[in-house]
Amino acid sequence: MQSRSSSAVAATPDQLAAVDAAISRLATMRGACLPMMHAIQAELGFVPHEAVQRIADSLNLSRADVHGVLTYYHDFRSEAPGCHVLKVCRAESCQAMGSEKLEDHLCEKHGVAMGETCADGEVTVEPVYCLGNCALSPAVMLDGKVYGRVSAERLDALLQRAKKSTGGQS
Amino acid sequence: MTLQEGHPAMYSNKVVDFGTPVKRSDNTVTVHIDGKPVCVPEGTSVMRAAVEAGVQVPKLCATDSLESFGSCRLCLVEIDGRRGTPASCTTPCDDGMQVTTQSKKLAKLRRGVMELYISDHPLDCLTCPANGNCELQDMAGAVGLRDVRYGYEGENHLVQEKDESNPYFTFDPTKCIVCSRCVRACEETQGTFALTVEGRGFDSKIAAGPTNFFDSECVSCGACVQACPTSTLMEKSIVDEGQPDHAVTTTCAYCGVGCSFRAEMQGSEVVRMVPHKDGKANHGHSCVKGRFAWGYATHPDRVKQPMIRKKITDPWREVSWEEAFEYAASEIKRIQAKYGQASTGGITSSRCTNEETFLLQKLVRAGFGNNNVDTCARVCHSPTGYGLKTTLGESAGTQDFDSVDFTDCVIVLGANPTDGHPVFASRLKKRLREGATLIVIDPRQIDLVRTPHVEASFHLQLRPGSNVAVMNALAHVVVTEGLESKGYIAERCDMEDYGKWKAFISEERNSPEALEEHTGVPADQIRGAARLFAKAPNGALYYGLGVTEHSQGSTGVMTIANLAMLTGNIGRPGVGVNPLRGQNNVQGACDMGSFPHELPGYRHVSDPAVRELFGKEWGVDIQPEPGLRIPNMFDAAVDGSFKALYVQGEDIAQSDPDTQHVQKALESLECLIVQDIFMNETAKYAHVIFPGSSFLEKDGTFTNAERRISRVRKVMPPLPGLADWEVTVRFAEALGYRMNYSHPSEIMDEIARLTPTFTGVSYTKLDKLGSIQWPCNEAAPEGTPYMHENEFVRGKGKFVLTEFQATPERTTRKFPLILTTGRILSQYNVGAQTRRTQNQVWHDEDIIELHPHDAENRGIEHGDMVSMQSRKGDTTMRCIVTDRMQPGVVFTTFHHPESGANVVTTDNSDWATNCPEYKVTAVQIRKVASDKGEWQQRFDAFAQQQDLLARQGFAEDSEQGSK
Repeated sequence: MQSRSSSAVAATPDQLAAVDAAISRLATMRGACLPMMHAIQAELGFVPHEAVQRIADSLNLSRADVHGVLTYYHDFRSEAPGCHVLKVCRAESCQAMGSEKLEDHLCEKHGVAMGETCADGEVTVEPVYCLGNCALSPAVMLDGKVYGRVSAERLDALLQRAKKSTGGQS
Repeated sequence: MTLQEGHPAMYSNKVVDFGTPVKRSDNTVTVHIDGKPVCVPEGTSVMRAAVEAGVQVPKLCATDSLESFGSCRLCLVEIDGRRGTPASCTTPCDDGMQVTTQSKKLAKLRRGVMELYISDHPLDCLTCPANGNCELQDMAGAVGLRDVRYGYEGENHLVQEKDESNPYFTFDPTKCIVCSRCVRACEETQGTFALTVEGRGFDSKIAAGPTNFFDSECVSCGACVQACPTSTLMEKSIVDEGQPDHAVTTTCAYCGVGCSFRAEMQGSEVVRMVPHKDGKANHGHSCVKGRFAWGYATHPDRVKQPMIRKKITDPWREVSWEEAFEYAASEIKRIQAKYGQASTGGITSSRCTNEETFLLQKLVRAGFGNNNVDTCARVCHSPTGYGLKTTLGESAGTQDFDSVDFTDCVIVLGANPTDGHPVFASRLKKRLREGATLIVIDPRQIDLVRTPHVEASFHLQLRPGSNVAVMNALAHVVVTEGLESKGYIAERCDMEDYGKWKAFISEERNSPEALEEHTGVPADQIRGAARLFAKAPNGALYYGLGVTEHSQGSTGVMTIANLAMLTGNIGRPGVGVNPLRGQNNVQGACDMGSFPHELPGYRHVSDPAVRELFGKEWGVDIQPEPGLRIPNMFDAAVDGSFKALYVQGEDIAQSDPDTQHVQKALESLECLIVQDIFMNETAKYAHVIFPGSSFLEKDGTFTNAERRISRVRKVMPPLPGLADWEVTVRFAEALGYRMNYSHPSEIMDEIARLTPTFTGVSYTKLDKLGSIQWPCNEAAPEGTPYMHENEFVRGKGKFVLTEFQATPERTTRKFPLILTTGRILSQYNVGAQTRRTQNQVWHDEDIIELHPHDAENRGIEHGDMVSMQSRKGDTTMRCIVTDRMQPGVVFTTFHHPESGANVVTTDNSDWATNCPEYKVTAVQIRKVASDKGEWQQRFDAFAQQQDLLARQGFAEDSEQGSK
């Protein structure tokens, strides 16, 4: 999460309510900083920048403390992802088996690079370093499900099916 | 007398860095560093032991103000019998250890590490602000780096924007080696936790949280800048001026912490102030004021030429010093001839040195021939003097600041250390993070109540004016629950007084339940707090003006002394009664005999032996009757019996309560002599201006809140040509009273001769020891860190009955809110200094804080202009709505003269010392359309008129000069 929150969009009242609910649910837990971030991301798909101050206030940490934790983990997003999250494995085995080609393909055909969301807001592409599926490289994970031996064609099909499920255009 | 090369106070700008902090241990171990044996306390790092043995191990991420971190891998060493190359900073010494700091293998490793650093570092050393004082550069030299095999073309961090948002320092991430020294300084030294490492791996970057530095939680203390080994965090003054060539040790002229500083100089110009590592009050830390806000000393507003005028409606005339002295002396003589000797007086300053204060009171007592001398301590800590003298026997705090390291439970009462005494607050927060508990007694939710990594166990959010009730209730719980230190009391205190007090405090009316209606604090909270404090092995009480500035101020101080004695908490480290003194030399000003009833060393003027001692030395008869206190001077001026006043370094027109009464008093004077570095508010009513000299322009001493006498050293010539002490000497001469001093050290010698607690103090000894805590005499030749060790100064500790009496200042339907005043971090007192620095960016106007309920009832929103009216007057300010306040209580500061905070405050005062009740004023607040109240409009008109008179005067002078 490298983007500075000052440029991020303001969270909606509903999103803020979800943030506050997650924080108050975990407020008495020891070492609740990470669990709070997980809970917020699980709820909203991202951790709004407003959550930083709220987590800090709840746990009596500084804003910088929370910012440091939040930015340390690549998994935490600062902005809402697309309807679907595609994680492309970049670890050694998948790279050797052509995962970079998949990245190129996503860029050329779908106009979306690593860490970005495509223009129609349907798919967010993120890098991941090993899905534990090396025997079936290259591997991707779409909406939490792992797929092995992924070719460009197979990737297109997976994306098309996913988009259909949310009513998006292919 | 200027400092000579080799003088202990004069340093090169490089200071030895031991790499890791000193360790306290009763056991020592001996290690051999490159064959040299060195004996160190157990727990000391190999790195520190090496430096003590005279061996510098290369290092980057280590510095002796911070715990070791072990990230840079440059300080690797070899240790006989151990595998690998451990980091010397994180390896503690073992007895008999044989350490090798230089070998081919180590050299290769270190060079490899440096190669990596330098492969991602801009090679612009010649134009870099740190050039000549850069640890990275030094280490590249030390490890013999000759080439970088990786080249410079790869991915790097060399294109990043500078963050220049802080007014005093820049953050240039391209120069950063991510050693985390800044992050750790912010955490360990300052305790604010405003910095972090953002991201991870190659993307790791130092960040002030999710914003730039200015918008972050940063309080601009500068600890990060000091810790930075490169030019990543750098003072803008160094960016502009370059590196210093020498440094002189001196003492900060802001608050009562009295931080020791190295004024880093180029010739006679200060380029940077760096807190002095060996300073015993601050141990190398400082706040935004001391480190950065010194630019006022050379501000164009400085008055450099003496001025006189007959009436305050006349234009000012710039004159020579001789003419100013002659005119002022002739006026004093004329007025004394016409209205009598007692019609004149003087006010000493807690901003000036001990020597200057001593001279001024001597001038009044010996030259004016009366005891009409008082000091601004009258309006801040006079109840401390009275209360502690009565109960313990000495008018001063009992501890040193280091004592806080040994405390287990702290009560902070009517003080806001993070704003008022920031360096002490950092040390307190450190101790709290280590596990000590905290009880805050304050009407507002001050930062200490809950701030990152620190939380008070109890916040007794009392109603303003009920300190005595809360303290009585705490003592009631301790006594009635049998938690008092019976043995301590029996051994150390007067049992007859204690018996009476015990009976009084045990009465049901002093129970937390009975007093709840006055205090507003739930009884169970008071009971909990009392148990926590009484059961702590070491309990310490810290208090400020929130205790003293009340109609029961002196009683409040005595409740503190009572509770400390009751719980056996005086006489050793970690405990004690600790007044947090407001100004740099308020303790000193009191010590130096500034009060109308006391000669130096708190000895009453009615004592013939004391009068004879001083009278003989000064060649005069000292009056046996105490003189006028400041409020009496004002009253007498309005009555027409007091006609001339010499005010040194204090702005009574802004700082004293009930401004309109003060103004009337000042207008009634026939001769007002103001000695100040600026044309302050009081100067607008003056007839004579003696331009003052800043703390950088004179020699002397300040005494801080822990009774620590520290040297102030002249680093540049006084802008007006004479230092303040010289002005008083020459003025006295013009009056016909000769004072013979060629240097302030001779004044200190006289003080030492006349004052038993100062017998052993001299400039030579101060140079040798760095600083001395009085009492310093035959019994304690090196001073006294904590007092009343085996017995109280007065013999037996005296419990005083402290009946709670509500202030006469009551809320009514017309004035339903209580105003309490205070200050904030970035501004200092009347703001004469800080308003002339970039600290203005944090606080450029005084603001009223009020609770959301009170705001809503009045239709007031955040940021509205509101009028605040009391029985005394009204003024208009902007307001903010905050739940830091309790309902019914509003708060403001008095840093800006045009705000007129003291137009509103009343003339109620402490029953014993007349310390004004700044902390309780009944007011009403309402939303207004205009920016200014009636008083403010008059203030503006008068300020414009006076400005015009000053300029007219200068114009006439220059015309005459050209003829």
